[in-house]
Amino acid sequence: MELKNYESVIIFTPVLSDDQLKDAVGKYRQLITEHKGEIVHEENWGLTKLAYPMQKKSTGFYQVFEYKATTDFIKVLELQFKRDERIMRFLTTAPDKHAVIYNERKRRGEFNQPKKEKEATA
Amino acid sequence: MSSPRQHGNNPNFVFNTTPEVANKKKYCRFKKNGIKYIDYKDANFLMKFLNDQGKILPRRITGTSLKYQRKVAQAVKRARHLAILPFVADGLK
Repeated sequence: MELKNYESVIIFTPVLSDDQLKDAVGKYRQLITEHKGEIVHEENWGLTKLAYPMQKKSTGFYQVFEYKATTDFIKVLELQFKRDERIMRFLTTAPDKHAVIYNERKRRGEFNQPKKEKEATA
Repeated sequence: MSSPRQHGNNPNFVFNTTPEVANKKKYCRFKKNGIKYIDYKDANFLMKFLNDQGKILPRRITGTSLKYQRKVAQAVKRARHLAILPFVADGLK
């Protein structure tokens, strides 16, 4: 089965402790690799302020996963996201070829100035 | 775009009514700078395409080409879903 690129952003509730958060993130990391997936990159934004309240909370833990997975796996993964009460919201996207290049460059830190970065590169 | 238009009282036209901007040719910043991908996780960048209520600015003001306006809209909507940008705001800028 061919692997496709995916990117998931998950917002965990802010009530989790550090260990609980690590547990939750670890669970999904494991789930991806167990299903023949391949994690390309992950990012934790820590406790971030939300633009609007969600489930009466104004902050959340953001976690970004960039990974390769089979198309069938996404259904499984999203079902797990929905069932997980620690997750307030999630979004899975399939980045196009430009997005993949952009993400790679971002990881290598080619964008130095946060404001100019998009203007000059991407 | 250089022909005079009826601006009315629409505040969205404020950019066109200021003389120095009215003469300047608008351009698509994505085409000009070779930007191919718009990151929905980058709130600061997407902010350039919103008015202070958090609405997406029309192409006639930003000068974005249709192709990239669609991508901007898509990115803004994704960002809203993830609470990176607000759906409604008051004095965003």
